[in-house]
Amino acid sequence: MAADPPQTEPARQEQRFGPRRLLRWETALVLLLVAVALVGQQTSTGFLTGTNLFYLGLDVGEIALMALPLTMIIVAGEIDLSIASILGLCSALIGYLWDAGWSLETIFPAVVVAGALAGAFNGFLVTRLGLPSLAVTIGTLALYRGLAFVILGDKAVADFPAQYTRFGTTPVPGTHIPYPIVLFAVLAVLFAVLLHATPFGRSVFAIGANQEAAFFSGIRVKRAKLVLYVLSGAVSGLAGIVYTLRFASARADNGAGLELAVVAAVLLGGVSIFGGRGTLGGVVAAVFLLGGIRNLLILNDVSNDTLNVVTGLLLIGSVVAPNSVAAVARLLRRRGTASSVPSEPARAA
Amino acid sequence: MSVTVDRPEWEAAEERSRRGSHLVEVALRIRELGILLVLGLVVAVTAAYNPRFLSAQSIRDLLLNASIIALLTVGQTLVVITRNVDLSVGSVLGLSAFMTGDLLAGHQGLPIVVALLAGIVLGAACGAVNGAVTAIGRVPSLVVTLGTLYVFRGIDFGWAGGRQINASNLPDSLLALGSGRILGVPYLVAITVVLVAVTAYVLRSYRSGRELYAIGSNPDAAVLAGIPVGRRVFAAFVLSGAVAGLAGMLWTARYGTVDATAGTGFELQVISAVVVGGVAIFGGSGSVVGAALGALLLSTIGSALVVLKVPSFWQQAIVGALLIGAIALDRWVGLRIAAALRQRSIRSGS
Amino acid sequence: MAQRDDRGAAQSAETSSGPRLVLEHASKSFGSVRALEDGSIELYPGQTHALVGENGAGKSTLVKILAGVHRPDSGRLLLEGRELRLHGPADARDAGIAVIYQEPTLFPDLSVAENIFMGRQPLAAGRRIDARAMRDQVEALMQRLGVPLDPSRPARGLSIADQQIVEIAKALSFDAQVIVMDEPTAALSGAEVERLFSVARTLQDHGAAVLFISHRLDEVFALCQRVTVMRDGRQVFTGPLEGLSTDDLIRRMVGRELDALYPKQEATRGDVALSVRRLTREGVFTDVSFDLHHGEIVGLAGLVGAGRSEVARAAFGIDRRDAGEVIVEGRQLPPGSPTAAMAAGMGFVPEDRREQGLVMDLSIARNASLASLGRLRRGLFIRDADERRLAADWAARLQLRYAHLSDPVSALSGGNQQKVVLSKWLARRPTVLIVDEPTRGIDVGAKAEVHRLLSDLAGQGVAVLMISSELPEILGMADRVLVMHEGRLTAQLSRQEATEERVMFAATGHTTTEVGG
Repeated sequence: MAADPPQTEPARQEQRFGPRRLLRWETALVLLLVAVALVGQQTSTGFLTGTNLFYLGLDVGEIALMALPLTMIIVAGEIDLSIASILGLCSALIGYLWDAGWSLETIFPAVVVAGALAGAFNGFLVTRLGLPSLAVTIGTLALYRGLAFVILGDKAVADFPAQYTRFGTTPVPGTHIPYPIVLFAVLAVLFAVLLHATPFGRSVFAIGANQEAAFFSGIRVKRAKLVLYVLSGAVSGLAGIVYTLRFASARADNGAGLELAVVAAVLLGGVSIFGGRGTLGGVVAAVFLLGGIRNLLILNDVSNDTLNVVTGLLLIGSVVAPNSVAAVARLLRRRGTASSVPSEPARAA
Repeated sequence: MSVTVDRPEWEAAEERSRRGSHLVEVALRIRELGILLVLGLVVAVTAAYNPRFLSAQSIRDLLLNASIIALLTVGQTLVVITRNVDLSVGSVLGLSAFMTGDLLAGHQGLPIVVALLAGIVLGAACGAVNGAVTAIGRVPSLVVTLGTLYVFRGIDFGWAGGRQINASNLPDSLLALGSGRILGVPYLVAITVVLVAVTAYVLRSYRSGRELYAIGSNPDAAVLAGIPVGRRVFAAFVLSGAVAGLAGMLWTARYGTVDATAGTGFELQVISAVVVGGVAIFGGSGSVVGAALGALLLSTIGSALVVLKVPSFWQQAIVGALLIGAIALDRWVGLRIAAALRQRSIRSGS
Repeated sequence: MAQRDDRGAAQSAETSSGPRLVLEHASKSFGSVRALEDGSIELYPGQTHALVGENGAGKSTLVKILAGVHRPDSGRLLLEGRELRLHGPADARDAGIAVIYQEPTLFPDLSVAENIFMGRQPLAAGRRIDARAMRDQVEALMQRLGVPLDPSRPARGLSIADQQIVEIAKALSFDAQVIVMDEPTAALSGAEVERLFSVARTLQDHGAAVLFISHRLDEVFALCQRVTVMRDGRQVFTGPLEGLSTDDLIRRMVGRELDALYPKQEATRGDVALSVRRLTREGVFTDVSFDLHHGEIVGLAGLVGAGRSEVARAAFGIDRRDAGEVIVEGRQLPPGSPTAAMAAGMGFVPEDRREQGLVMDLSIARNASLASLGRLRRGLFIRDADERRLAADWAARLQLRYAHLSDPVSALSGGNQQKVVLSKWLARRPTVLIVDEPTRGIDVGAKAEVHRLLSDLAGQGVAVLMISSELPEILGMADRVLVMHEGRLTAQLSRQEATEERVMFAATGHTTTEVGG
């Protein structure tokens, strides 16, 4: 039995308000996004320009990518904190293999496979050994980052040919869309379909909401989780490629600390930390909301630190708000009829 | 059926417990001894390579390097035992480090005790925020403290505004606290040891301490037993914050230079140390002594690698592997013990 | 401690004194369901009082009122003649009422001694816990109970019987004068029951008023002096046990004609659909073999804890098995794979609807389609419309009452929830259906519908294995009855042979070799 995150009784009750609340939360995110755009337009002439949006897109690229599989993992009731370390490991691997004379055409697929293997190891520890994913991925967070340093040391490999690095630094010709965002858009559609329109996605929700009932319904819980971790590793590998090209530099410490930003984006997107609830649309909105706020603050010369405060408050607010709504609703219900579920109702003859 | 007791069996049981087999504590001790064993092994191997590793100065440095993380593990252990987690400790440390530095740099002649208290109070206030949202708002602590990790760090950056406080601006008395010794033991180490010892004693021998374990072991049963769960969890967070505040002040004393980035990423180091030290990530068991030893082990491995001329790049990978090994081992041992206990109760039950 | 003993002895000497605890005309409703109509009971010091009744008779609700978990809608509770209002379990404890549940909740990481004294540990100077005193007291308690349990061992790994002992020791430690045991023997072995009984007698001899709830009537006769029988939320009989027979009690518990309620159509019995051969799981059940034919309903009877659900779960692949084979339609099933069992045509409606049968947070449609995800797939995708159609189709056939298919299934009543579970499995068109307590906790109307449905399924050739703790249900529905006791099959009875007495006889461990011809 994989360990669930600690869950209190009220939180469990609160989940009954799921669908309605979710609707509201996603609407709120979109409204906030619009508000940011409006404020941006008012306060800074540079905000809604193509160039600025290009940089905004570039800035959120890796976070956006890694948020996709992490959304599914959290919906399934687990967590993966090692994603940014897999990014770093893959970036280091790119540098190492490039120095060893490999071509980038072979390096890229190899790196994605390496990421998938790293994810598979997480999945193995969680599903086969039954270890708690929080502890496991804190461990592999250190392990994979460490391996990145073992592979590349503290040097930077930066002599990549320009025809590749331009994918990380210039927009798709004729537009202001960065290449990573194109990649993200494609993957976002794939993940949204996978989560919301396939049998696999259905089972992920069921696993997150009630692992036992899912297993009793014939769903292969362990296999599904393993697949999710492999996906997470592979996409983190892709994010490693994007990151390396964007900065035209392969380093072992690339993307250090990004894991918490990704978790924050996913939770802000309305995904329940207890699993079983969330949509990919909400997460995409949250990623761009955070990116937009950050960009706006920078344009207005507000230092980066305000962003931290805003991110943190949004994150806490995203959980406290629905909980308070639920608490009020509970209070109202309690005033009405007693509604606890009968454990042994009477049987009239 | 008579009520008389099966004498021989009864006496055997009595003897078992008289022999001092406090099984719960024995299991803990074994875990702590295990870390000490690994620690001894690391030290022995390193000392064999370079005997100077065992010099008084070197040992002092080893302890000093471990002391701040070890200090943080004290607070973290309190929180983790209750089946919660505090990810904001690094940010609280940073905030307190800068604030105490700023306070002392701005008011020359201010007694450092004031700064010390200020750091602790600030940390406790941060912890109170975490605890209140977790216990009253009934929000999972992982999310709350991930949020406050950003918030506190943001406030830190806002306060600092890009400034850096250097040793030249700080009173000598503070720097003396960071580098001075009492009876040959660095102050920082002494403070850490005292705090670990006091906390260990409270956790073992006071009702409030035992209740933290009860909450983490079975929250529903804790409510039924009349334990004020919310209040205890709140207190654990306040203490974790206060300890992080204290650690922040000591951080400034030790390094003499502080900017807004102090303590970044410490949260994961601290949790690693706690888990390596045998505290169950989902609460209910573990000890502060184990957690502090975990911190010492991790930092000693770092130092040993330097002496052994292993590229320091290996350090993090080894820490990660050790962490996973520790969790897997705990799980395996836990399963074995559970099986053994079941066997035992089958035998005594029939 | 000595003081208490004296007082206890004094009280047990005069058992003719007034009742210690009285519950008068208590009622309790949950929403529209009346769980307890008129619950009354009187407990006397130094006596053990039995509470018997079928499932759903209101026993648990009554116990939870005594435990302070539920507050009664009407009626009152008197302790030593004074009215008592309980606002929570802590109040009940402070009033000296202790409840020993079938499966206690302990702190697995803490020692036995700490489990007993949590929050009330004896203190030494400086408010420090006096560990020595605590251990000595626990040892004294254990000695009094006559159970050699090491106070310093962790609670993790304790058998259910030992966990109950810990709870009883806790009750003694705060001087509980009223001890309620809610089906404590359900999961115990014979030897463990004997030990529990000697403990209960010790308590009784020391003047405690004990309330003992059990389905096993032989235990009631062995232990108790008085009995209260409940039926349909009411007390229907109360008085001394002396002079009563098992039959008297059963008649009072059942008290209704059976056949009208349980319409089992005659169906032609086909080939063997499911064959279970020498199925064994160590320490749980041993050497269980039976066949299940198309078109028949086989009832699996036995006391709670006899291993019925465990056999079903192992057959379906939820639990592992240590030995034996499961053959569906001539095909061997691999162990531990519900997926394979489903592919072979098996369906399984588990006993715990809320934890195992349904994902409470998901919608009706999502729950109904959960076992058919692969079949609903078109190309790579699953379409909401298909899912809704499947759910709506089965909702119509099973006469499910709901507002929207997108509502969370938690919004439905128990009976309708059970229909969703059944929809989930029927949508797969199973040839073998195992239903574990299919009508537990659902109202009478829904119950009849479920029975009719199972009967129709058998008529269509589905092989149904029905586990139930309600004897009338078994006797009314089943073409054949298997009875289990302590992990073994003890009887196979035909519909004609199966009587309440015979099934009860086999379920309490009396092997019935003479039956079967």
